[in-house]
Amino acid sequence: MDKPLMLNSARTLRITYNLPISRTSKFWKGLEEGKVYATKCQKCEMLHFPPVADCGECGSSEVDWIELDGEGEVVTFTEVFVKPASFSQEPPYIVAIARLKEGVKALAWLTGIERENVKVGMRVKLVAKVFCDKRVAYEFTPL
Amino acid sequence: MGHSRFGDRSDVNLSELAFEAIQPCLETSGLTAKEIPYMALGSMGVWSEEPLPAVVIAEYCGLTGAGLVRCEAACASGSAAAFNAYSAVRSGQMDTALVVGAEKMRQIDTPTIMEMIGRAGYYMWEFENFGMTFPAYYAVHAVQHMEKYGTTEEDLALVAIKNHRYGAMNPLAHLQHEITLEKALGSSVIAWPLKLYDCCPITDGAAAVVLASETKVKNLGVKDPVWIEAIGVASDTANLSKRETYVGLDASVKAARMAYKMAGISPKDVDVANVHDCFTIAEIMAYEDLGFCKKGEGARMVREGETEVGGRIPVNVDGGLKAKGHPIGTTGVSMLAELTKQLREEVKPKKRQAPMKNYVALAHNTGGTGHYGYVTILRR
Repeated sequence: MDKPLMLNSARTLRITYNLPISRTSKFWKGLEEGKVYATKCQKCEMLHFPPVADCGECGSSEVDWIELDGEGEVVTFTEVFVKPASFSQEPPYIVAIARLKEGVKALAWLTGIERENVKVGMRVKLVAKVFCDKRVAYEFTPL
Repeated sequence: MGHSRFGDRSDVNLSELAFEAIQPCLETSGLTAKEIPYMALGSMGVWSEEPLPAVVIAEYCGLTGAGLVRCEAACASGSAAAFNAYSAVRSGQMDTALVVGAEKMRQIDTPTIMEMIGRAGYYMWEFENFGMTFPAYYAVHAVQHMEKYGTTEEDLALVAIKNHRYGAMNPLAHLQHEITLEKALGSSVIAWPLKLYDCCPITDGAAAVVLASETKVKNLGVKDPVWIEAIGVASDTANLSKRETYVGLDASVKAARMAYKMAGISPKDVDVANVHDCFTIAEIMAYEDLGFCKKGEGARMVREGETEVGGRIPVNVDGGLKAKGHPIGTTGVSMLAELTKQLREEVKPKKRQAPMKNYVALAHNTGGTGHYGYVTILRR
């Protein structure tokens, strides 16, 4: 088959979204201080992670910020080999979902361990992470 | 109905591809484009240049003037479009409605496609910092299913082998070749434990079906109508971390329950099904979520050939998403087109025609990682 003809488009789009975090600023500032916060609804007492400014369970906008201990157990995990374009510079990474002792679950990278040694049920800790470019995130490390 | 050839369709643009499905659909229905009052389009469209695909497709296919909508329910957009058009006809406002799925995914590079689909979980909490991909979202389900029920990587491969075998018989399929167990198990790891042959390909394709009211069907003199008996709809949390388990998709269970109740049938009445096998583990979970077997027995069904033609309930005997291909917004409509052929016993070659007892077919279409659940029941 002949190579299909394409019009060489002269228009390129590059998008970086602004991500509003004013109402969850406590969470993002907490990460800078090495703390991982969840929110707890003052009305229905539902604990939310990731944190929320409004409780979808009962409709209240009154929430308390609760620092998580971070200890938990791996529920499931994977290792990503074929990566999205914006992660192309990363080596393969392990993503785990763990249930924390407070009852909520979290999804994050699991670092400091080879995938062959990761087991469902293994104990991990969710910790804040500050990158050298000041970007903040959180990750699991083995306990 | 109409159905384009699936695959790398760099030979056509989105409108030309949609025309390949729409024109035969209208012709076989005895209708002209000018007689269509409403079109619902399933399309994600982020990989092709037109932000308003329903409008450009309508103009290209002579449908301008009809009411239009583009429906988004991720990989279930085609079923969302079908539900939208079905509701328009059922309400009595429209006597006919066209359902179209059209997707051109191969106009951008693969890492950018992985990026666009990976973002389609909960962007803020799963992608921004953690770079989840679609294979990864399903891999976490595979890991837990294996842990809990003893499902193996070989079981997953058996799904791929089955669907490739039927894909090889389907001239419209993207991947028309059979594969071996060795080839499947030896393929490169995409998101452990899922390998290349556990994943559906990136596909261009279009499909179309016409829906009509009972009165219109009589007036048109349609000889062999296939009826939508029910469409069940449901959803699940955006964050995977908020789900109870990862061994099934709750949106599928709920949508199926709604559809079975509405149609007044049970899973054992289904003669043939198309389920959402975007990844091999997804087909095994679908057997269980749809009630074709008990929870945890999905792998046994594929091991024992129960979902082959001649088995208890043939599943994805057109190749499924795995081999026919998965043009995101088209898939739900493609399922309806395939199952219409199955119900009319028109499938060629006969080797992939499911035997009919009750003339009942089921389409299961999932959007996102079980975010959107659609189950449609057809009857002839």
